[in-house]
Amino acid sequence: MDNYLFFIVSKFNYWGVMILIMIGIYAIISKQNLIKKIIGMNIFQTAIILFYISIGSKKNASIPILHHLNEHTQKINPDDFVNPLPHVLMLTAIVVSVATLGVALSLAIKIYQQFGTLEENIINNKIAADNNRQSVIDRL
Amino acid sequence: MSEHYPVLIVIIPFIFALIVAFAGFIKPRLCCFLTISALILSLYSSIILLFQVFKTGCIEYRLSGWSPPWGICYNIDYLNSIIIVVVMIVGLMCAISSQKAVNRDLDQKKGAFYALFLLFITGLTGILATGDLFNLYVLLEITSISGYALIGTGNNKAAFASLKYLFMGTIGASFYLLGIGYLYISTGSLNMADIAAIIPELQQSKTIMFAFIFCMTGLFIKMGMFPMHGWLPNAYSDSHSATSTLVASLTTKVMLYVMIRLILNVFLPDYSFSKLNIDNIMVWFATVVIICGSFLALSQKNLKYMLSYIIITEVGYIAGGFWLGNRLGMTGAILHILNDALMTMCLFLSSANFIYVLKNDSFKNFKDIFLKMPFSAAGFVIGGASIIGVPPTCGFFSKWYLLSAAQEAGHYEFFSALIFSSLICCILFFRIIEQGFFSEDDHENNVTKFNEAPVSMIIPLGITVLLLIAAGIYSGDIITNFIDHAIPDIIT
Repeated sequence: MDNYLFFIVSKFNYWGVMILIMIGIYAIISKQNLIKKIIGMNIFQTAIILFYISIGSKKNASIPILHHLNEHTQKINPDDFVNPLPHVLMLTAIVVSVATLGVALSLAIKIYQQFGTLEENIINNKIAADNNRQSVIDRL
Repeated sequence: MSEHYPVLIVIIPFIFALIVAFAGFIKPRLCCFLTISALILSLYSSIILLFQVFKTGCIEYRLSGWSPPWGICYNIDYLNSIIIVVVMIVGLMCAISSQKAVNRDLDQKKGAFYALFLLFITGLTGILATGDLFNLYVLLEITSISGYALIGTGNNKAAFASLKYLFMGTIGASFYLLGIGYLYISTGSLNMADIAAIIPELQQSKTIMFAFIFCMTGLFIKMGMFPMHGWLPNAYSDSHSATSTLVASLTTKVMLYVMIRLILNVFLPDYSFSKLNIDNIMVWFATVVIICGSFLALSQKNLKYMLSYIIITEVGYIAGGFWLGNRLGMTGAILHILNDALMTMCLFLSSANFIYVLKNDSFKNFKDIFLKMPFSAAGFVIGGASIIGVPPTCGFFSKWYLLSAAQEAGHYEFFSALIFSSLICCILFFRIIEQGFFSEDDHENNVTKFNEAPVSMIIPLGITVLLLIAAGIYSGDIITNFIDHAIPDIIT
């Protein structure tokens, strides 16, 4: 039991990220409303950003800025600084996720203008009815 | 100047995308001209790169001079130099052919359309050239986001299809990003060559295994492997024909290239094939893809839907051929990436011509198509023959490699699936050709007029047909000069 508790508590950041990813995928798969799906997608992307941020962190470490540039004799100890690379990568990933969100929302606006609704099942029914009407016209 | 070509192929379309976006507000007529000139310039640079690789071997370009594990480097080698040329050719042909259709249907949005078009090409060439895994993710998303927006400019169902594609594509790309995160945790590097040097020591690591699984799942979603293909047919069929030619012929192939690149140059074949031992499952998976894709293609009533399902079967060919794990299979898979980009472009270009004139791509409209549009129909026949695998065209040669590889590896299920799907393709294409040649209508009552698509749409199709035949005739040279060097020596 203690082993399992240790397994969960010592890696709590990964558990949190995985729960967020699952929430995101659940929303994308099971929600009917397109806006809720888009929110789920954004949760999913944010969870991965959190994952990267958490792998860069260290205990008792400070921001990676050198205070003592003039003192060449002092050795730089990597354990004193958090790893900046994942954070820098995530700046780009945040931009990507904002762009994806923007495109998704603008597509949602276009869908709403065309179908008058954002519920996926109603849109699917409308498209199916449209196809049926087309095939009846074809047969005539 | 000459050492900067590896980055120019990415930068030229990117800079021109910005120029075109502004030109759209000031002088919309210039947009298409600017796009074509940008693509000609980058095609020129990519051909120069091809010859440099042919003469001197792999090229490494360091962005702003940082050496590889710290900075980003662009690697042009035997595998990607030739795919870059094909991507540029496809882009150029699509740009020339799209001119009239875009003028007619998307006149107000010309600047935006061509800017997205060039951004799409930027992303693809970046994916092909880059040697850095995170850089690959960013370029993947540039490609995808401009692809979503391009697909959104279609008929009234296009926005919905594009949003579905966006959900799937984002899940795929995010899985890939998660996989890279796992790789970064265990190796501390994002450079492909650097990771490849570290991975042999970490073969027992579960983290590496999950990195592999996440990366591959993400890429399978992106390339439209069978259970994850749901987004593909609607996205390619509902979009505007100028878009679908570009997106359909390139996206899946470049994603397949990324899969091959990751296995050959990052995870290394030793780990992917011997250690994980999943190649048999993957080949069976591809067999199911090919058979299901063929049946689904058979049940369609519209040309573009049928072609989309054919793309799904082609993805199965390439993925299955690669996972056979022998030298013949990999040669066939890489050759089929090149050929399939050209074949799909040929078919989609002719379908764009049909749609431009007939306004509809339902099969019942194809009566007397050989009288009405002889050139487009001839292009369609050659493209179809190449998909089926008729000898002078290039489809035959890669299919031959795949078949002999399947026979050598003893995967007779894959062998029979290939034959089966070729026969289904015969039915698919001869059904349309039959309707075009022998219609039941009385010719004396309604005389069919010669009503061909504009010349600017015929010429790219003609060039593509010539390329199909040339790629077939010179496939031996392509293999000995490029593909043979791209496959590591340990694969026999």
